[in-house]
Amino acid sequence: MGSELAAESFEQLAMPHFERLYNFACWLTQDRQEAEDLVQETYAKALKGFSSFQPGTNFRAWIYKILRNAFLTSRTGLKATATVPLDLEGEGETLPAANETPESILLQRSDGQLVQRALEQLPVAYREVLLLCEVEEMSYQEISATLAIPIGTVMSRLSRGRKALRDGLRPQLRKG
Amino acid sequence: MACESWKEKLDAYLDDELPEEEMRTFDAHVRSCPSCSTDILARVQMKRSIQFAGKRFFPSADFRKRLEQSIAPKPKPGFRLSWMFAAATAIILIVGMLTLTYMRTLAGRDRASRDHIFSEIADLHVATLASSSPVDVVSSDRHTVKPWFQGKIPFAFNLPELQNTEFSLLGGRMTYLDQTPGAHLIYDVRKHHISVFVFQERGLSLSLRLPASWDENSSSSKQLPFNMATWSHGGLRYFVIGDASAGDIDSLARLFKAAS
Repeated sequence: MGSELAAESFEQLAMPHFERLYNFACWLTQDRQEAEDLVQETYAKALKGFSSFQPGTNFRAWIYKILRNAFLTSRTGLKATATVPLDLEGEGETLPAANETPESILLQRSDGQLVQRALEQLPVAYREVLLLCEVEEMSYQEISATLAIPIGTVMSRLSRGRKALRDGLRPQLRKG
Repeated sequence: MACESWKEKLDAYLDDELPEEEMRTFDAHVRSCPSCSTDILARVQMKRSIQFAGKRFFPSADFRKRLEQSIAPKPKPGFRLSWMFAAATAIILIVGMLTLTYMRTLAGRDRASRDHIFSEIADLHVATLASSSPVDVVSSDRHTVKPWFQGKIPFAFNLPELQNTEFSLLGGRMTYLDQTPGAHLIYDVRKHHISVFVFQERGLSLSLRLPASWDENSSSSKQLPFNMATWSHGGLRYFVIGDASAGDIDSLARLFKAAS
């Protein structure tokens, strides 16, 4: 493949993910300027390493993985991952039964800002897995490939992430 | 299967990650289990809330543009290099041609200037020799000729000692080149007459001035049937012209240079 042709097909494959990648980068870095730098770096690295991408495989997982790896090696990424709880990979807990759940209150209030704040408070490892699953609607298999973790870990992180989000929402809902 | 076992798989069920067979069995269970259906409702609501809250940030148009520019296919470096090479070659050629034209113009001007002076000097030489009285002061003694010019021309110059040379001084006269007065001396060598002209350089008009480089590079030149040498020294321009050999012309020129 000629370099010009490669750049053309890269552009066609990569640009449809631009907005979502930027959104994901903002959630990871929690800073718009840093997110721009991260996305720029991701595209530069992806273009440079495009020859290593195997056509027919999952491009989305490939480019998200590049972005996440770039984030992990950034200053913000190193700082964020250094604060991950040690018991992160433990077994997920089932949801306690309650008459008034955060979900039921959210259903009534449709308060998006509360969820945004709760997401921001989550450790990066939970935040990223939740965003990839709910916002990007990736399959467990894709998430596993993107984050380079086993599917079992994807499932446990999702479960614990959801619980942590619910726990984070509870006090805010009480305040509201 | 106990309800608790189903609850463990609720997330996978809602994320559409259970095998097809298991999904259908789960569907049937949910319809008959109020506890699981309530749980599912809550979780679906949470999923939607995250979806809604998660789509929060949008890149600016400016950033999109910058990014697109950074990954846009660029022209082949080879093409660009060859284009640059072609442009550089064209510039070099143009500059070269301009320089050559300029040099030719300068050389042409020099040649025209030299031809003009040579023809003027040759005319003076021929006209004088053709005259019935070529010299105003007839003397072979330089000590006689030199003082004769005093008061007649606005400068002084030295005449060479000719002892032990084949040259002999026939005499001198006043002359004019371009309305500038000068000295005209006539020498004889093996029956050839040689004229030596001396003028004040600043008296000559620009068209009759010669470049200084001439003095070194072309002490003698062939012009028509004559040989000629010219140089500048002490603000004076010397011309030596005659039908004698170039060697004789140069010898006389050297004698004058040594005397001045």
